[in-house]
Amino acid sequence: MTQVSRTPPPVRAAAAVAAVNGRTSWWSTADAVYRLALARGRIARGPLLFVATLQSVGILVLLRGVVRHPDRATSAAVVAGGSVLVVAFVALNLLAQRFGAMRAGRSLDYFAALPVPVSAVVIGTAASYATFTVPGALVTAVVGAAMFGLPFGQLWLVVPAVVASGIALSGVGAAVGLLMPRVELATVAGQLGMTAVLFLGLIPPAHLPLAAQGLRQAVPSTYAVDVLAAGLRGSATPGGVLWRVAASLAYGAVTLAIAARAFRRAVAR
Amino acid sequence: MSAAVVVQDVTKTYDDLVANDGIHLDVGAGEVFGLLGPNGAGKSTLVRQLVGLTRPDRGGIDLFGHDVVATPSVAGHLVAYLGQDEPALLDLAVHAAVSTTARLRGESRRAAAAEATDLVEELGLTAVADRPLARLSGGQRRLACVASALAALRPLLLLDEPTAGLDPVARREVWAAIARRRDAHGVTVVLVTHNVIEAEAVLDRVAILDRGRVIACDTPGRLKAAVSDDVRLDLVWRLDPPYGDPTVAALADRAVVAGRRWTVRLSADDARAALGRLTGGAAFASLDDFTLATPSLEDVYLALGGRDDDLERA
Repeated sequence: MTQVSRTPPPVRAAAAVAAVNGRTSWWSTADAVYRLALARGRIARGPLLFVATLQSVGILVLLRGVVRHPDRATSAAVVAGGSVLVVAFVALNLLAQRFGAMRAGRSLDYFAALPVPVSAVVIGTAASYATFTVPGALVTAVVGAAMFGLPFGQLWLVVPAVVASGIALSGVGAAVGLLMPRVELATVAGQLGMTAVLFLGLIPPAHLPLAAQGLRQAVPSTYAVDVLAAGLRGSATPGGVLWRVAASLAYGAVTLAIAARAFRRAVAR
Repeated sequence: MSAAVVVQDVTKTYDDLVANDGIHLDVGAGEVFGLLGPNGAGKSTLVRQLVGLTRPDRGGIDLFGHDVVATPSVAGHLVAYLGQDEPALLDLAVHAAVSTTARLRGESRRAAAAEATDLVEELGLTAVADRPLARLSGGQRRLACVASALAALRPLLLLDEPTAGLDPVARREVWAAIARRRDAHGVTVVLVTHNVIEAEAVLDRVAILDRGRVIACDTPGRLKAAVSDDVRLDLVWRLDPPYGDPTVAALADRAVVAGRRWTVRLSADDARAALGRLTGGAAFASLDDFTLATPSLEDVYLALGGRDDDLERA
């Protein structure tokens, strides 16, 4: 029955057959999924990142033209909101689409049939998307700071701001993509989320009506916007940065847990 | 022989469609066991439940003594599952796809890369190792998915149509790779097929499914022996069949006709006699080809009431 022309190499991994191994570690899973998702996005990420950056820089240029003599707090809020918008575009919009497509195309089955923690699959995928937002957010922050005459001294805060907002928003994006019954609905929901981040992130809090200020606190990326805005005003304090990053992480933990649950439900449907 | 897979009264319904209807199966450790049936027979639904991807409405599934219905995640430790397609891996290069699966089954990065190199070579994919699956031919892509399923070997291989779309050479490569793992490591294999030739060639035992039910389960040889002593006479006419010939007229009443091909099931003696008269008489001039064959699993399937559609015979 089984004639082959070549001598096959020895079959490895005999030990794996002998016993039921433990679950693959969380970090190994997240790392492997991260690399898998990066390989997938290799072709598309350049143009998408360009579009995301251009969109944010374009909004900053528009606002700079409209507002003649903005005060420092307003300028810092606008530039910080624009930078985090790059993250929102990718983590909400694109990630919701990606998870929606994975759900529709039954890609989730591949992971669900492996001995891996689902949360690591969600986070590994989300992290790969968040990774390529860093240059876009940095470019937006630098260009924005230059346009609005803001100090560059604490611009490094764009990194914790991107990480914090990336974690907080990608949990939402992943959950939306996994919960929506159709890819199109996931796309619309991701777009709506991005619009919320756009308005509530870019408009300085002092200019918002009272009701919208409450709503602003409920948007996961607000804390990251505030971290970067404080940096652009030159008034960031370690305590202020830490609690806002911690708030973003807490948001992310909740939304990623919801996404992991949605993942299991999507597979078992 | 200890049980690797025990399926008891598994029933699964989607809306109004009963995909699995009270299925009972036992697969021994080290067996190569097949699920044979046409499209829509409920094979893939059963396999998805075995790997914990779908929960049965009713019934129990044990893998090596572990209750998969109560704890679906245990299946991931025990089973290497190959679905009908593997969209999650499409954008990865072949080697990366295999090593990623090995890593996700717990191997270190170095061990996963080494094993991926071996598997890619074993399945004849070295020349395309760096090419993304999406840019391979259908057959090569299927081979790459098989290689991925074999990475970081599990005690149970659950393969949903592993050789679909493969040419005969590649198909034999896959059968050989599966056989090596069974022989060297006692791996249990459950494979879904609707190819009767594959079923007869590689399976120790086979369950024939039709409309969500197991209509027979035994070794291919015993199934064929139990069902009928009849043989199958295939006639292919070059011209219109000469109905004036009494033998042709008699066969016409019993033949299943597909274009110019007639298939007639007869006792061995009647078939031999009919073939003798046809080849020795005037009707022979109209005959393009003929075969006389002992019962196949397809005959078993038909004799048990299965529908004659979607089974592959190549």
